[in-house]
Amino acid sequence: MDVSKMIKLVNGEKGNFIRITSLNLDGVMRRRLLDLGFVVGAIVEVIRKSPLGDPIAFRVSQTTIALRKEESSKIEGELLLNGE
Amino acid sequence: MGNEYRIALAGNPNTGKSTLFNALTGLRQHTGNWAGKTVSLAQGNVQHKGKTFQLFDLPGTYSLFSNSTDEEVARNYIVFDKPDVTLVVLDATSMERNFNLALQVLEMTRNVVICINLIDEADKQGIVINERLLTNRLGVPVIKISARNKKGFPMLLDTIDRILTGAIECNPVQTTYPVEIEEQIKKIEPKVSELIGSHLSARWVSLRLLDGDETLLEELSKRFVQEGE
Repeated sequence: MDVSKMIKLVNGEKGNFIRITSLNLDGVMRRRLLDLGFVVGAIVEVIRKSPLGDPIAFRVSQTTIALRKEESSKIEGELLLNGE
Repeated sequence: MGNEYRIALAGNPNTGKSTLFNALTGLRQHTGNWAGKTVSLAQGNVQHKGKTFQLFDLPGTYSLFSNSTDEEVARNYIVFDKPDVTLVVLDATSMERNFNLALQVLEMTRNVVICINLIDEADKQGIVINERLLTNRLGVPVIKISARNKKGFPMLLDTIDRILTGAIECNPVQTTYPVEIEEQIKKIEPKVSELIGSHLSARWVSLRLLDGDETLLEELSKRFVQEGE
């Protein structure tokens, strides 16, 4: 828990918990992601990665949502090692 | 026909809007579980205390802003067709996600009832919901129901009835935005209000203008031209 570091969602590994710190997207896609629960402060769990690593499934506010690399590479967060 | 009222059902996908709709109207609109299932507006009637409630089942959406067709249908209905009461159906087991839509609806229109559905499922999971506290905080009635087991229906219908007769007054809580946004709202709200009159919430339209929501602008000019003719 002491050693926390910033990563992009796209670089998360299965089982990681990431607390979102910023979304570097604009317009409709930003709005959509916010509506789905990818908001600053939310804790996202990496559920699974597809064989080629794109897309990746995340759990966010009790829902599983898969994002493409285009989006998940633009969301940054703090890696919580213990998952909290 | 002075006692027909239009009631819209809004909510996230899979919160049981269609189940509630069917249970109330006695219709059997097909309820399956795939994206965009409820395409057009299903409509059915309920009789209650000498009034006819026309229920409209809106498409399930997570939001009313991100510009998919479903969201536009739902948004336009609530904003422009102005139902007498809008029911927002929430899933009791994932309130956080569902409240996003509820707050958006509270910003758009006044007469809102929040229906917390799947309440027996929440009980099973040990989730306790304090509907009184929510009612106070949100400024609109919050009712716990189970559409599947027809629990809470008398209370729901009575609440709708009491809003229509004016016995309950709704004062929906308004989201406060960061200072710079609030300042901009203050600047344009009076002008917006002048243009659109009291037909729509000037604050809400101002917010959408700040958003740069062009589909709304198009819709506005379409509707206002029609009315002007």
